[in-house]
Amino acid sequence: MKIKERLTNKEAWIRYRDSLRYSLHCIVRPFDGFWDLTHEKRGSLAAANTIIILVLLTNLIKLGATSFIFYAVNWDYVNLILEVATFLVPFIVYVVANWCLTTLFDGKGRLKDIWMGTAYALTPYVMIQLLLVPLSNVVTVEEGAFYSVFSTFSYVWCGLLIVASVMMIHDFMLGKAFLSLLFSAVGMLIIVFLLVLFFSLISDGFSYFYSIYKETVFRMY
Amino acid sequence: MRKWKRFTSVFTLLLVASLLAGNAEIRANSSDSNHYTYTYDCWGLDRESPDAYSVERVISGSDFAECGNFSEPQGIFSTGNKMFVVDTGNNRICEFVYENSTFTYVRDVVGYKDASGKDVNFKGPQDVFVTKDGQMYVADTGNNKIIHLDADGNLVKAIGRPEDKTYTDEKFLPQKLVVDGAKRIFAQVQNVNKGFLEFDDAGDFTGFVGASEVSYDFLTYLWKMVATKEQREQMEMFVPTEYSNLCLDSEDFIYATISTFDGMVESAEPIRKLNAKGTDILVRNGYTDPYGDLRYTDKGEMKGPSKFHDICCLDNDVYYALDNTKGRIFAYDFQGNMLYAFGGHGYKAGLFMNPSAIEDLGDSLLVVDQKLGTITQFTLTQYGKLINEGLAEYKIGHYEESADIWREVLKLNGNYDQAYIGIGRALLREKHYKEAMEYFELKLDFKNYSKAFKLYREVWFEENIGVILVIIVILVVLGLGVGFVKKARREVEKG
Repeated sequence: MKIKERLTNKEAWIRYRDSLRYSLHCIVRPFDGFWDLTHEKRGSLAAANTIIILVLLTNLIKLGATSFIFYAVNWDYVNLILEVATFLVPFIVYVVANWCLTTLFDGKGRLKDIWMGTAYALTPYVMIQLLLVPLSNVVTVEEGAFYSVFSTFSYVWCGLLIVASVMMIHDFMLGKAFLSLLFSAVGMLIIVFLLVLFFSLISDGFSYFYSIYKETVFRMY
Repeated sequence: MRKWKRFTSVFTLLLVASLLAGNAEIRANSSDSNHYTYTYDCWGLDRESPDAYSVERVISGSDFAECGNFSEPQGIFSTGNKMFVVDTGNNRICEFVYENSTFTYVRDVVGYKDASGKDVNFKGPQDVFVTKDGQMYVADTGNNKIIHLDADGNLVKAIGRPEDKTYTDEKFLPQKLVVDGAKRIFAQVQNVNKGFLEFDDAGDFTGFVGASEVSYDFLTYLWKMVATKEQREQMEMFVPTEYSNLCLDSEDFIYATISTFDGMVESAEPIRKLNAKGTDILVRNGYTDPYGDLRYTDKGEMKGPSKFHDICCLDNDVYYALDNTKGRIFAYDFQGNMLYAFGGHGYKAGLFMNPSAIEDLGDSLLVVDQKLGTITQFTLTQYGKLINEGLAEYKIGHYEESADIWREVLKLNGNYDQAYIGIGRALLREKHYKEAMEYFELKLDFKNYSKAFKLYREVWFEENIGVILVIIVILVVLGLGVGFVKKARREVEKG
């Protein structure tokens, strides 16, 4: 019943709509925007997750509908899980690494705030890349400069927004924000290393028991 | 309890994912094809291809009573219907005639009489070149000379070590040579890395041709700034690469191969076409530059990239490079597109143990195996003939005719990318833009696709200009109308 109540709660919907619309405010006034996002509670996790899902959808639409001039896809080798993971895994690892680090560097943001801020910072990617998909299908190679300029622009914009989000959420100065981003990258590498180590150990253990099982089965025959 | 269950399910999912990721790696490494003839497609994947050449016969010296076995033959040359085999181990040049698809042994040349009338024997000759009027040029490596004999076997000139201060090696070890229409000799000499040596008609050394430039990358430059003097001297040792072989095409351009290089094969340009000034003018319009196998292992007996030991060029500008690493022959067309590769390592007919030279004779290819002392003759199959015909029509601009041939080729091999592009070009000429675009998109030819698309876009605009204008007008009217209604409503609400 709780879900039904939530779904029919008109105020919650309005709040969701406003927080989603707030992302448009955030990307043009990043400093005010990201400050109010967490401190004035103008953002919401639901909106952040919506943006993440939109990014994933954008990636899939890009994969399927961009002209081969800019994005040649060999469908024999496309793995949907991998496509989703190439965005989601770095995103999650970054958020976790950044949280781990800023907690030590007395950043003010909680895990939820970092998650929200980073997700909101990806709004320009969705907007521009989605528009570029139809554009890519009506231009020739010579006119392709438009495509690459806008594409690069979306990445640069997102990058600047992420810097701004780190500054505002943790109440850092620019230098400290850069430093924390740099160390987050190192932290990401460490996390990935630990994960790989963990999985290789697990799979070794798994294959050990599997070979024991196989051996016994062969003996039985 | 529920929480625990969720944890285990997530864990299992991760475990399965990690196992799947492990499997994917095995699949990606399927480079070493089991088929005899193959080609690389637009994705850089090897695809099975029908045989373009099939083995006609394997010749060994003992097939001919007076000839006897070859010992480590290093070179082969053919002109007209004559074939010359450089029998390095036996210090002789054997001449054969190819008529009615049989080889007949004519004679062997073991030496010459020098100016004082003394008999001189060849010592480990490595290459021979014979002009149309029968003049023979021999790279007499063991005697450190290039020998020029006339049609009757009399010595015309003998070229020794060039007395020139730009020539720094103490020895003179000519290995491979060609002679162009102006009787200039181009020789590849061992331990010389300044390019080919060029000699004029009189036998005088005139200079080096085709030295590859030493290119600095930025990293080397940075490294040089911090390196000590000794280290810097060490680095001077990284010198431009040595050529391994050369041949002349029908217009006297030199096709050259390189088999030793530092760094990546992708940037080494191991196949080059040199003009008279020694600049590389090879057309590289293919998906990848011609450098043999796109994927190779760095372990095992046949490791490393393709190492070209010889090259030969046909009159239609298709060139065949002989790879010594895996005993394969790579064929490229005049645009640098890969046609097919075939061969391999082994004792079976059509495979090689240590191939050293390749030459074309009429419609057939001759490949010398220096370890087995044999010559393998390949002849064109139906498929190979079709490709040559298609290329010939395409080259003189008969796109429609070539498209018909390409359709035939596609019946034999659906993996031949250039056939699709050829058909696309013909369709483009016939103004079937939409179909042409499909063909180009299939094989990732975005340049031609853009050409077709530009025209298609124009036609589309012209056809639909009425509809587009109507839509624009409707949109404008709607926009104005909505604005007007809103304004009116606001005024009404204000009262």
